[in-house]
Amino acid sequence: MATDTALDAHEHHTPTGWRRWLMSTNHKDIGTLYLFFAIFAGFVGGAISMGMRIELAEPGMQFFPWIAEYIQGADDPVDAGKHLFNVFTTAHGLIMVFFMVMPAVIGGFGNWFVPLMIGAPDMAFPRMNNISFWLVPPAFCLLVISMFVDGPSGYTGTGGGWTIYPPLSTTGQPGPAMDFAILALHLAGAASILGAINFITTIFNMRAPGMTLHKMPLFVWSMLVTAFLLLLSMPVLAGAITMLLTDRNFGTAFFDPSGGGDPILFQHLFWFFGHPEVYIMILPAFGIVSQVVSTFSKKPVFGYMAMAYAMAAIGFVGFIVWAHHMYTVGMDVDTQAYFVFATMVIAVPTGVKIFSWIATMWGGSVEFRVPMLWAIGFIFVFTVGGVTGVVLANAASDRIMHDTYYVVAHFHYVLSLGAVFGIFAGWYYWFPKMFGYMYSETIGRIHFIVTMIGVNLLFFPQHFLGLAGMPRRYVDYPDVYAGWNMVSSIGGYISYGAAIIFIYGVIKAFRDKVPAGDNPWGEYADTLEWTLPSPPPFHQFNTLPKIK
Amino acid sequence: MDNKEGKQTQDKKAIKTAVSLSLFVLFMVGVAYAAVPLYEAFCQVTGFGGTTQRADKGSDIVLERKIKVQFDANISNDLPWEFKPAQHEVEVKIGETKLIFYRARNLTDKNIKGSAIFNVTPDAAAAYFNKIDCFCFTEQTLNPNQQVDMPVEFFIDPEYATDPDLEHVNIITLSYTFYPVED
Repeated sequence: MATDTALDAHEHHTPTGWRRWLMSTNHKDIGTLYLFFAIFAGFVGGAISMGMRIELAEPGMQFFPWIAEYIQGADDPVDAGKHLFNVFTTAHGLIMVFFMVMPAVIGGFGNWFVPLMIGAPDMAFPRMNNISFWLVPPAFCLLVISMFVDGPSGYTGTGGGWTIYPPLSTTGQPGPAMDFAILALHLAGAASILGAINFITTIFNMRAPGMTLHKMPLFVWSMLVTAFLLLLSMPVLAGAITMLLTDRNFGTAFFDPSGGGDPILFQHLFWFFGHPEVYIMILPAFGIVSQVVSTFSKKPVFGYMAMAYAMAAIGFVGFIVWAHHMYTVGMDVDTQAYFVFATMVIAVPTGVKIFSWIATMWGGSVEFRVPMLWAIGFIFVFTVGGVTGVVLANAASDRIMHDTYYVVAHFHYVLSLGAVFGIFAGWYYWFPKMFGYMYSETIGRIHFIVTMIGVNLLFFPQHFLGLAGMPRRYVDYPDVYAGWNMVSSIGGYISYGAAIIFIYGVIKAFRDKVPAGDNPWGEYADTLEWTLPSPPPFHQFNTLPKIK
Repeated sequence: MDNKEGKQTQDKKAIKTAVSLSLFVLFMVGVAYAAVPLYEAFCQVTGFGGTTQRADKGSDIVLERKIKVQFDANISNDLPWEFKPAQHEVEVKIGETKLIFYRARNLTDKNIKGSAIFNVTPDAAAAYFNKIDCFCFTEQTLNPNQQVDMPVEFFIDPEYATDPDLEHVNIITLSYTFYPVED
């Protein structure tokens, strides 16, 4: 903050200590809060998934009955353990979606770099930005509380999966656990909507002179499309879970057949939100990967316009494919044919992006620094997940694979690997800019290699398990699935170990304090954030930069 | 001074954008709620989810093709009744009006009111399943230990024969579930 000018100190109150963070209206500080919150939530969500992998490593029930008996003190450890597994599954999904990936890519990198990249002094509504962040930890607390209060009779926590389908989420779980989870989603959703309004307003109104929409960096484009997706989809989720809440507590019958409702309606509403939601998580990663690939290939990104409009197209088509999550509810053949077709159409703009990244690298002077390794890793794992997505898009093959580990493998390849690889690419790429220190290249490489081995060992065998018919969300399985489950669990432990290497690398970077310089990546890191010192001053661009 | 005025117009523009975006959010919440009646209407029109049709009178056309209609009865755990179809299945010609009965008995010594919901499987057949009269149109009250035969008068729309999805479907199931109605 030494670079603050006298004018700044005079015009702006710069809080210190805990006030700096709690009352922060500074987009960079709020971005940092989001990032560290996401790391924390990622470790919680990851630990929960480790519980599941420990249980699933071998057939039979070992881990969850043990927890139920010795930690929860349940009288019927086996049944309590079964429910506890479902509670873990639910919490893992919700935490990773709402409290890890979204805060990291949207709240974290979005807050940090959207204003910097478009040459704006801050976000349009800094105070609203503060409340966007500070709604997230209470939401997280509500979700954690829900694991410890009554769910179905006799057990604690809600075990309905992240999709919270009725009737299990209504009549199936009379205790308050589900209500807590619903309120957690309400808060997290409200935070996202406020954030989305802030991003759109910032991008539309606060671009530096000359920064036209068609000159914006692709990361900003990705955030713009993401913000619109949030704005369209989040209110629908809010509506749907409010209906759940009133069905549960106030005698309405939106999803209750005895009162003339239909549980399938919830699935439609949920997936009208849920499908765009997966693009909300992956689009910012697309943006990050575009910046990274271009920087380290030492070439401008190939097909800039196609890249930008491919994201817009993915966002648009993402809203008209939702029923591919529900091929088995009994839609007629023509409706299914439409959703198959529309879903496969998404492969076109996605293919445009994959090929444009490859074309950017093609003939470039590629430098394999850590962010680039993550970006290339992203392209690989996302393509694997995309290919299985096209398989699942077919209603006929989905009949066989629906709710099996094949689906689990598919969405973990695009999200758990894809989005997370994007987050790590962004983290290593912008770490020098955000904190002013260089990360350790060696630790970064080890982190990448161990993660790459771990996650592929973890999720690739799940394709085989799914094809062999192993259903998801079960605590136990027949012996025939034992081998690959053990491999998968070992991959899980390696992945969690990789996350610890990551933390070690972060601590090492902060301890070694190797200065990064304004721009450690060279002339092809040509977006505006690299014109500023590292870390950037508390307030930047008091004189707006001019874009040629 | 110029800068300050510029800042003010920018702020105004920002607030305008934010307000319109907020209105849009409210609109989308409205859309979520509007989906409830829209979905119901959609189900009624298309037979989606096995929603059957209601007709005032039978069909004028009767085809030779025969369909086997099977009957299924379910009852909510909260309703102390016995509820069964009086016949397991019937064969009808497409277009022919048929009267069948379900039998319900109150197992308690109290007056109990119930109402039934229904669907037809496979879903594609539901749009052609027309009910002229059905106990499910109204709430039913059974006196203590009373047993009643409740009528369903239905026919299958002759359009059934022209739907390619139903070319090989010759058995359809009509299912009811009775729930208690609380006053």
